[in-house]
Amino acid sequence: MDWLGPQEWQAVTLSLRVALWATLFSLPPGILVAVALARWDFPGKQVVNGLVHLPLILPPVVTGYLLLLTFGVRGPVGGALEQVGIVFAFRWTGAALASGVMAFPLMVRAIRLSVEAVDPKLEQAAATLGASRGWVFVTVTLPLILPGIIAGAILAFAKAMGEFGATITFVSNIPGQTQTLASAVYAFLQVPGGEASALRLVAVSVGIAMTALVLSEVLARRVSRRMAGT
Amino acid sequence: MTLTVALRHRLANIEMDLDISVPSGLTVLFGPSGSGKTTVINAVAGLLRPEAGRVAVDGRVLLDTARNIWLPPHRRRLGYIFQESRLFPHLTVRQNLAFGRWFAPREARPESMDSVISMLGLGPHLNRRPGALSGGEKQRVAIGRALLAAPRVILADEPLASLDEARKAEILPYFERLRDEVAVPILYVSHSAAEVARLATTVVVLQEGRVVRQGAAAEVLSDPEVTPLGVRAAGAVLEARVVRHHSDGLSELMAGGQSLLLPHIGQAEGSALRVHIEAHDVMLATERPAAISALNILPGTVREIRMGAGPGALVQVAAGENLILARITRRSVTALGLAPGMPVFAVLKAVSVAKVSVAEPPGIAETG
Repeated sequence: MDWLGPQEWQAVTLSLRVALWATLFSLPPGILVAVALARWDFPGKQVVNGLVHLPLILPPVVTGYLLLLTFGVRGPVGGALEQVGIVFAFRWTGAALASGVMAFPLMVRAIRLSVEAVDPKLEQAAATLGASRGWVFVTVTLPLILPGIIAGAILAFAKAMGEFGATITFVSNIPGQTQTLASAVYAFLQVPGGEASALRLVAVSVGIAMTALVLSEVLARRVSRRMAGT
Repeated sequence: MTLTVALRHRLANIEMDLDISVPSGLTVLFGPSGSGKTTVINAVAGLLRPEAGRVAVDGRVLLDTARNIWLPPHRRRLGYIFQESRLFPHLTVRQNLAFGRWFAPREARPESMDSVISMLGLGPHLNRRPGALSGGEKQRVAIGRALLAAPRVILADEPLASLDEARKAEILPYFERLRDEVAVPILYVSHSAAEVARLATTVVVLQEGRVVRQGAAAEVLSDPEVTPLGVRAAGAVLEARVVRHHSDGLSELMAGGQSLLLPHIGQAEGSALRVHIEAHDVMLATERPAAISALNILPGTVREIRMGAGPGALVQVAAGENLILARITRRSVTALGLAPGMPVFAVLKAVSVAKVSVAEPPGIAETG
């Protein structure tokens, strides 16, 4: 792909890496929260629900600033994590955290829908056949919500790829460090003669988004075909 | 093996209070809808926690509210056959069958799935998924899945209710085999008199959360007291043996020391079967009718008479070792002067014994 300049290439690979890690790391908590919201009754459920959806409603800049306050080197969590060698501020890991947080509600919503669609009677049947709660989840619930997990993951990946506001607020726009695809497009548009670079990145962005969509469609269809029994 | 269930539980509109004993063989829990049948079976399964109660299988306590014992469903060693089969859509038939077996304790695990697969005729379907199966096939897989879990008790909640008549006829024989070949108690919920007559070795009749009658099928089904409770097709269930096939298309049977003539039965001479005689197909006479087209006239004595609220009455007649139930009018009871202990003749029309209600008898599994 030598039609991309080094800075553009850097932005693309960085974005892919950021989106991949953001998706992978938010999947386990995403599934947990989705199951909790769909199935469990616990005190403070509405608070959790609100917190999860907050990034969807708040201006991304606000989310980014809150992340900076919390996970910045002087922030309460960021300071503690720095002691064990984990730094988010102005690193690509911070970009992954920011886009993960922004993508989280979308992922949870998709998975939650599929959890709600699972017939609890099937889980009861599994229990009568000797499966403990953990085994029921692994052998019945998880495979049945797989289409929702795939949809949620791909949605989250696409959202993370395109995240801009929270990322640039939290970790700035450092080429090679935190300059993702979106912030690179923005940066190129700020300098004279940068339109060509910006346009190339836009093409890449569209390509990645389309691939992700097609992929999710193919996977979802394969899963539902299996369930249909053919 | 015996399953004992005692429970007290308040439902929306009924107060349940019952004590049931389920021996080996097939016990049908019978009653109109809303009588609490499913509540009983779910309390045994652990899917419902009754307010008070005790459930035990051969002394192994599954639930005892007095001692604060409650085993979760997965530790109860059940084989639960649901009405809607509840197969796992993401697994193949083979994986569905193996599901319960995999969780069964190693020493109890059936050595091979082959005998169950061939008994239920599932061989051709093993690699298919439930979505591609017919309703009857699904229910066969559900039976196999429950069996292979090596259960201590088998529960079935109206397993035929969602099937059409043809599918019911397809599945019924498998429940008969289950009853005859499996040693564990089977608790079978139903509100179909035909299923009761064909399958039950023991019957428990429920009404509004209470046990009206429980006992051997022949006893309970011919009991006039049970009939008004929605056992519309109540009547005698006779254990019979084919004696001879006559050349005019009739088969001669021996039941409880008395001979019966029925339209041809497609079973070999000497084979045993069950005959269901519905109460409204039986007439009573105080003298042996001489010129009459009916072929089966059984001498007996009146055991019990129960007057209905309307014009009808039910008379239980002991004929040989058989208990036969006759639905006649109150006027006839008065006209004939029927009273317990009186000798009578029960007249059954040969054609009225339907072929579908002729079934395999319960085997050796029947114990007290």
